[in-house]
Amino acid sequence: MSDTAATATAATPETGIDTVANAAATPDLEQPWAELGLKVDEYANIREIVGRRPTIAELAMYSVMWSEHCSYKSSKVHFKLWGENTTDEMREKLLVGIGENAGVVDIGDGWAVTFKVESHNHPSYVEPYQGAATGVGGIVRDIMSMGARPIAVMDPLRFGNLHHPDTQRVLPGVIAGVGGYGNCLGLPNIGGEVVFDDCYQGNPLVNALCVGAMRVEDIHLAKASGVGNKVILFGAKTGGDGIGGVSVLASETFEAGGPAKRPAVQVGDPFAEKVLIECCLDLYAAGVVDGIQDLGGAGLSCATSELASNGDGGMHVELDRVPLRDATLEPHEILMSESQERMMAVVEPKHLDAFMAITDRWDVEATVVGEVTDGDHLVITWHGEVIVDVPPRSVAHEGPTYNRPLARPDYLDALNADSAATLERPESGDDIRAQLLTLIGSPNLCDKSWVTDQYDRYVLGNTALAQPDDAGVVRVDEETGRGVAVATDCNGRFAKLDPYAGAQLALAEAYRNVVTAGAAPLAVTDCLNFGSPEDPGVMWQFREAIRGIAEGCKTLGIPVTGGNVSFYNQTGDVAIHPTPVIGVLGVMEDVSKRSGSGFRTEDAHVYLLGTTRDELDGSEWAHVIHKHLGGLPPKVDLAAEQALGEALVRAAQAGVVEAAHDLSEGGLAIGLAEMAMRHGVGVIVDGLDRVGATGEGEPLDAFTALFSESAARVLVAVPAGHAAEFEQLLGDVPHVRIGVTGGRDVEVTDLFTVSVSELRSAHQFTMPAVFGG
Amino acid sequence: MKVGVVTFPGSLDDRDAARAVRECGGEAVSLWHGDADLKGVDAVILPGGFSYGDYLRCGAIARFAPVMDALVPAARGGLPVLGICNGFQVLTESHLLPGALIRNDHRKFNCVDTRLVVENASTAWTNEFEAGQEITIVLKNGEGGFVADDKTLDTLEGDGRVVFRYVTDAEGRNPNGSYRDIAGITNERGNVVGLMPHPEHCIEEGYGPSLDGRAFFTSLIKHTLESAATA
Repeated sequence: MSDTAATATAATPETGIDTVANAAATPDLEQPWAELGLKVDEYANIREIVGRRPTIAELAMYSVMWSEHCSYKSSKVHFKLWGENTTDEMREKLLVGIGENAGVVDIGDGWAVTFKVESHNHPSYVEPYQGAATGVGGIVRDIMSMGARPIAVMDPLRFGNLHHPDTQRVLPGVIAGVGGYGNCLGLPNIGGEVVFDDCYQGNPLVNALCVGAMRVEDIHLAKASGVGNKVILFGAKTGGDGIGGVSVLASETFEAGGPAKRPAVQVGDPFAEKVLIECCLDLYAAGVVDGIQDLGGAGLSCATSELASNGDGGMHVELDRVPLRDATLEPHEILMSESQERMMAVVEPKHLDAFMAITDRWDVEATVVGEVTDGDHLVITWHGEVIVDVPPRSVAHEGPTYNRPLARPDYLDALNADSAATLERPESGDDIRAQLLTLIGSPNLCDKSWVTDQYDRYVLGNTALAQPDDAGVVRVDEETGRGVAVATDCNGRFAKLDPYAGAQLALAEAYRNVVTAGAAPLAVTDCLNFGSPEDPGVMWQFREAIRGIAEGCKTLGIPVTGGNVSFYNQTGDVAIHPTPVIGVLGVMEDVSKRSGSGFRTEDAHVYLLGTTRDELDGSEWAHVIHKHLGGLPPKVDLAAEQALGEALVRAAQAGVVEAAHDLSEGGLAIGLAEMAMRHGVGVIVDGLDRVGATGEGEPLDAFTALFSESAARVLVAVPAGHAAEFEQLLGDVPHVRIGVTGGRDVEVTDLFTVSVSELRSAHQFTMPAVFGG
Repeated sequence: MKVGVVTFPGSLDDRDAARAVRECGGEAVSLWHGDADLKGVDAVILPGGFSYGDYLRCGAIARFAPVMDALVPAARGGLPVLGICNGFQVLTESHLLPGALIRNDHRKFNCVDTRLVVENASTAWTNEFEAGQEITIVLKNGEGGFVADDKTLDTLEGDGRVVFRYVTDAEGRNPNGSYRDIAGITNERGNVVGLMPHPEHCIEEGYGPSLDGRAFFTSLIKHTLESAATA
């Protein structure tokens, strides 16, 4: 594409740079707005804002900042649902809400916790290792920029078919990238998901979550205030990597003889980020940072415009002072570069020396690149010539908004009518046993330690629980043991059948995973992975999912604190299942009292809490045994989830829970098997006939009782002698005592027996068989 | 009882090592890679991590840090030194311990709770164990395969300088391909010990798979008290 090259040279003859003066003098110059991903009316809007044609640097800034990724232009009209569904009571614990780098919640005793999940889907498909690695790096910097020390990460991942050749390319690279970067940063990876489905074949989902902690008074915000305050760029040098990563801008915009063509994927240096973390924490502790912003998507374009937009004045940046890895980069490329491991701080002049002393100690390069002005424009110069002169809000916060058409997809009626009720169900004990073994080794239910053993879950010494337990739990306060539990979940099949219910089921499952650990849920983050917003059917799914989450959060009384939208996850006309990944964070006064998910001792009573119905539509059983997806997802009952959660937290605090495990994919059968395999303690189930016989459920046959995926259910092991106390703490929560722990088998009376070792063989075989030992 | 914990840029388990020292009754003193100053400590821990990013051979750059200029002669003079994971790699690069650590034979980073046999319970860092005792310690590394030539391995074994061995799996394999299943070794004096597993992650109830790491630090305290008594 030679247009850009022509534009770049159509500039002042002296410098070869397109200045504001040059732009004013050449109003009719053709500009490559379409190639930069802008629509005709968006370009016209930019011309109106700046009152002339934009310079190439301005055009570059607007194009990346008005991209879907940065501007949320297709999604933000729906964000008012968050506000409408957040009550004052929910806001009480919220110290910083949606819109900042990450939300912050009060966890008590003067501690604040920030957490957020983001996507790095497309880069991870193009270049799995670096895409996944920089996904971790980016979310960690978001957390750092709130003033927090990052304390844990987790990665909800989705891949195509386990046996597809391209999965062999994508999965090992993604896992090595997540591990390679996170391990080198010294952050424990405490959970997440690994899900396989054909719908993700050309669109794997690599979501990354980070949790950080700080004292309440240490919260920092991204704003540039105080005339004369210095703007400092620190961390890695700026290179030509990741240019236009957030927009459709691709490598063909570079002219021959310029920087070599590089992928729009960034390249990470975890060592540089680790040093940056420690350096930032020293800077915060010294009290020398007035405002701070990380450089992620859209790089300097984003950091300068957001800092200035959030402040109360203008900003002047001398772009030629930016340290470069590649001296041939042009100003607009420097503005768009997504080189990693960079931060921007606003510092009072009196603190400048102290700031520089700390960055020197950590051998971090820091450069004053500008200052806060008393104007209201963001002015960027290049060797003294003005190349950007814009109202910062117009770049950062006043991008286009689209209320895109939405329509319930035509296929849904047929899909919802195609229930799993027509599928052949096993009847004999032997057949049920065989299907249990098939399921326990199936891609979504098999042992994931091939993945998770590549992550350091112990570093920092505060990990109280990690995968394969239901939630990751880390200590925040080393004196008291106060800490947090975090879980992420989403069943995309349920969301495909009904995005409103599917999103609520994801929320309910993450909530349940936090309460099984014994923590009280406090806040929600989400990563909304969808197909193209230009497809009305996808837009309808998106709207339904947001509505489901927002209304669900209101019912549960926990606010959404932030998150991320990822659109265009589709190949041709085929979108992924709607995949609203939900992260729930809960608090515990002493995390050493958390409940694990495995049976530990013999003779413990095993209780099934909640109501089991005949709900196999969209189930793992239908998926694995019959390759079937149709019908309606399980009933959502958030009041039941809440009652169950409160009972479990009470029981955990009373110390009568030996183990607790959420029931989801694969139902009761898989739950029992997982609890037995965890520590090798078996279970005898003599009360299966009571499952479904209580509450509103119909009496169920053994197969349905074992494989139904009804929500709001948890298995709990209660030490002998505590049964009465436990039952009293349950209150009105439906429950049946279904068996007792012991032995080395999972034995269902009068139906089948399978040894823990046989379960483990089937469970552990799958991933090493595909990816090697 | 002051125990120095060195922080290199890229050290990760330095605060964990300091916590372990405190939990087991010692006083942790932070030592900075850029200062050739041991601050009068009674012992030093080189912690886990990726010093200077370890983009070159692990520990190859840390070896040249100013703090090592002070540490190497002190260690040769009998100062107790424990190198954990990256610290073990730094000790071999510094030639305070023989051999080298190379990429795991399965070529993946590996984080597992591993079983070890204590072979030498007379070093400064292991005297609270019993020879032959089996312990559970966290292992997490990408380059933890211990290698040396046969002569060196024979010498280590002959002199009782193999301190820990991995308990192998059913197929006789250890977690990273270490020669002769060696997980940790010591120098001739028994004051310098290096191992790949992480005892500092096994010291607190509720955090980590065991409490077997505590004896490393209580051993050091006992050793230091006995040394002081005999001095």
